[in-house]
Amino acid sequence: MINNTAAEMSSALAKGEITSVSLTKQHLDRIADVDNEVKAFLHVDTERALAQAASVDADRAAGKALGPLAGVPLALKDVLAQEGVPTTAGSKILQEWKPPYDSTVVAKLKAAGVVILGKTNMDEFAMGSSTENSGYGPTFNPWDLTRTPGGSSGGSAAAVSAFEAPIAIGSDTGGSIRQPAALTGIVGVRPTYGAVSRYGLIAYSSSLDQAGPFGRTVLDTAMLHEIIAGHDSKDATSLNVPAPAVVAAAKSGDVKGLKIGVIKQLQGKGYQTGVLARFNESLETLSSLGAQIVEVDCPSFEYALAAYYLIAPSECSSNLARFDAMRYGLRTGEANGASAESVMNSTREAGFGREVKRRIILGTYALSSGYYDAYYGSAQKIRTLIIEDYKKAFTQADVLVSPTSPITAFKIGEKSEDPIAMYLADVATIPVNLAGICGMSLPAGLADEDNLPVGFQIMAPAMQDQRLYNVGAALEAALVSKWGGHLISKAPALGGAK
Amino acid sequence: MALSYDDVIAKYEPVLGLEVHVELNTESKMFCSCSTTFGGEPNTQTCPVCLALPGALPVVNAKAIESSILIGLALNCQIAPYSRFSRKNYFYPDMPKNFQISQYDEPICFDGFVDVEIQTDEGPKQFRIEIERVHMEEDTGKSLHVGGATGRIHGAEYSLLAYNRAGIPLVEIVTKIVPGTGKYAPEVAKAYVAELRDILRGLKVSDVKMEQGSLRCDANVSLRLIGSDVLGTRSETKNVNSLRSVERAIRGEMIRHAELLNEGKKVKQETRHFQEDTGLTRSGRSKEQAEDYRYFPEPDLVPVAPAATWIEELRAQLPERPSLHRKRLKEQWAVPDKEMAAMINADVLDIVEETVLLGADPTKARTWWLGEISRVANEKDIAIADLSITPKDVAEIVALVAASELTDKLARQVVEGVIAGEGTPAEVVAKRGIKVVNDDGALMAAIEKVCAEQAETAEKVRNGHVPAAGALIGAVMKETKGQADAARVRELLLGHLGQATN
Amino acid sequence: MSSLSRDEVAKLAALARIEMSEEELVNLASQFGSILDAVARVQELNLDGVKATSHPQPLENIFREDVVLPSLSPDQALSGAPAQEEQRFRVPQILGEAE
Ligand SMILES: [Zn+2]
Repeated sequence: MINNTAAEMSSALAKGEITSVSLTKQHLDRIADVDNEVKAFLHVDTERALAQAASVDADRAAGKALGPLAGVPLALKDVLAQEGVPTTAGSKILQEWKPPYDSTVVAKLKAAGVVILGKTNMDEFAMGSSTENSGYGPTFNPWDLTRTPGGSSGGSAAAVSAFEAPIAIGSDTGGSIRQPAALTGIVGVRPTYGAVSRYGLIAYSSSLDQAGPFGRTVLDTAMLHEIIAGHDSKDATSLNVPAPAVVAAAKSGDVKGLKIGVIKQLQGKGYQTGVLARFNESLETLSSLGAQIVEVDCPSFEYALAAYYLIAPSECSSNLARFDAMRYGLRTGEANGASAESVMNSTREAGFGREVKRRIILGTYALSSGYYDAYYGSAQKIRTLIIEDYKKAFTQADVLVSPTSPITAFKIGEKSEDPIAMYLADVATIPVNLAGICGMSLPAGLADEDNLPVGFQIMAPAMQDQRLYNVGAALEAALVSKWGGHLISKAPALGGAK
Repeated sequence: MALSYDDVIAKYEPVLGLEVHVELNTESKMFCSCSTTFGGEPNTQTCPVCLALPGALPVVNAKAIESSILIGLALNCQIAPYSRFSRKNYFYPDMPKNFQISQYDEPICFDGFVDVEIQTDEGPKQFRIEIERVHMEEDTGKSLHVGGATGRIHGAEYSLLAYNRAGIPLVEIVTKIVPGTGKYAPEVAKAYVAELRDILRGLKVSDVKMEQGSLRCDANVSLRLIGSDVLGTRSETKNVNSLRSVERAIRGEMIRHAELLNEGKKVKQETRHFQEDTGLTRSGRSKEQAEDYRYFPEPDLVPVAPAATWIEELRAQLPERPSLHRKRLKEQWAVPDKEMAAMINADVLDIVEETVLLGADPTKARTWWLGEISRVANEKDIAIADLSITPKDVAEIVALVAASELTDKLARQVVEGVIAGEGTPAEVVAKRGIKVVNDDGALMAAIEKVCAEQAETAEKVRNGHVPAAGALIGAVMKETKGQADAARVRELLLGHLGQATN
Repeated sequence: MSSLSRDEVAKLAALARIEMSEEELVNLASQFGSILDAVARVQELNLDGVKATSHPQPLENIFREDVVLPSLSPDQALSGAPAQEEQRFRVPQILGEAE
């Protein structure tokens, strides 16, 4: 039943119509069939997954109380530490590193009985928008294997869109959940900063990183969201407030009377025709459902990309300093008499990929004395202006919307030689990260010119994540009924029978 | 040409700056829940956070914040209503994250002072040391250098790293520049570090053991020509691990600077390492360029904004200031100036106080610690605190003497036994069979024997020449192998020879 | 137009402990002009009086109690070590002195 939704799997498991072991095997078979084409997984954890599934089945047989997603398989972005399982963050510098501890997200998944199928590919240390920056080769978009699935959580998005897993975990620092969700025709949510613990999430940019859920439907995504969210005393930036009721919101889906703000700065120039067409159609749909569409002005968003590409590299230059060949990970250049310093230098040269080095150097520059105020300091002030723009906009609208990505899935190699062009892929998603608020991408249809998925982005204030699900569910229901099924069912078949 | 210290101070005025690192005595580390216990097996007190494993995050220890505020208050500092942690970025293998979480432009405490008093040629004189800032940071791991000659870093083939110490909370106390101490600079610096140590000990926020590194001093020294207001180039001496070393290091650096300056050479701004054995400093590896630490606010931690009410609660908890405390003890115990100074100098004031609190007479307690016990410590060349004798032991011995169960002479044997690790005073008494001969019959027998042997002397006493009794008493003591109470012997002897006992 | 010379990139690479080949240095220097132009846009606005945001959420005073919890076992701690000896991480000779 790999084509079903996670909610349907959950109810089949609860009714005893299927076991978790069988469900897990079906997904492992699917991975065996198609992953040689998609390359979503870096590590398939067959044994552990089956053992975990068997244990959930045993618990269910014993009549133990189980969570709604107990026994449902999931794909985990390789940026999250899982005890005893290779965790590389897509980098050669961590090849074969096995953490001696679980990230909080993994601990929560395990406690909820969610079956972890394996670790998915990603841009190295989550730096990228195409998954081409992985140290282990790119992931391919199930809609068109010559194209990227977006990034950096491209492996997780591709796994869900290729029916290798019904749900997946990604992380979103500048759009790394929402953009690949858009490019692969699925749903992805970046929760409010501080809503999901970062403990065990290998840091790229500490003040922007946030793990979040992928699903093929808004409800599936909400069910996963509810499991991973919540306060964690191991993360000092974790919010100690009640988690928003996202599942309830995903079940209601009512936009009547809601004000939906279209951000003037996130459309127009640079956006693909088909992307804008689907975006505007979705707005009409929402309007027909009783929402009021207004336009809001966020002038400082023009500077968001620049601020992001200073803040994230600066933090990463420091976060990645720990990869030094001393305590774990790769060590090279240890020829006779080499010093610790030279071993560090050559290991970091060999272990980091091009984009990671580029960002480390950029960040080192932006933080260095004499440049701090002009670059890092200014970027943080821009951040304040973006927060203020959002604040004002949220007085005019309940949620804000834009296309998730200005373009549909691009060809492998198309932008990999042009960092600036690649950076532009995140132009619409980055403001959410800078302000620490939440955002969702859900499918808005296919672009006419290339028949590839287009994502519709919804943004809500901090800890108002339920608004994303409410609006998303309403829009999804209307579109699905118009299309006669979920968008993902229009994806072309892959190697295995579908 | 080697200069004398007098030559130096005749021409130059020293300017000091002192940075003291204090390891707090919290149970757990600064940013994780690992134990801070000293001396554990290598890498038994580590976790994902203090090993900087990918994904791990720091969380601030509340007790460390409280201790830092207490320190700031005790040093008369302002407590910042809002302060932040920053990352100090530099690569070094004993620092797992390759950045240190520290505080940069927003320290938790700032603008304080400490007054210290030293003995000068003109009598006691007070100096005010101004405190620039007190900030929080974390300690590094420890490296062991293998191969090469000395276990030093130079010439080692490889190093072994252990991280039990990594992440132990440190508080750094930085003075403003200290001018105007003249020839007393080394003494003032020593007195400052001692005062700081006493204040911290009183606050119970640190073990303040310089030998174990829980209090470490970096001394900045520069010289300027007397009368000039142009500051000289400073050197920063690290590894100064005892009070005596603070004095020696500063004196040594003053002489070294003066020699360079007299020869027309320049003092290099550099880090130097104090060497306990020679009392000299050696140059650290000079860096090609000033390190660029790329400080920025630590994004994994949020600001510290202590409520005014909390600060006032902590202020109310502050213990008596050490200087006032000393003054009070001096009055209570009626100690002469010289004796008081001797106790402070020998660093036994606390231990004497503890002994007195356990019931011992202040004079007796002081005499033991300052006398016999100090002598043994000197002989063994170790700190009094490291001897195995405790205030409780001394109080017990004083009580035994007061009860006439021990003579002073026997008590010395007991002290010696306790120091030798033979057990508590009671155990030493039992093991060694030390016992005052209290049996008057046995004493009388000895007295009669001695009087018979030294009939001539006995006769003198009988005739009223009481001072001659000393020799007889000595002989009786010898006869009883020192186990008799000399006072009782004297009493019985004089009675026996028909003399008044007073 | 912003730019960064090959030597400046080399200095940054040294600071970041990355041993770059000559080709990499030259390449990166040539790309940096356009990257710096893009990020330098943050300087276009007058930001006087704007406060800097380093945290998206306005949190303060997040502390943990001073309580000891179990550490990793030394085996776990050393499980990823490229080399170890006597329950310690073995690393090549260290050149510089500690701070
Ligand atoms: Zn720890």
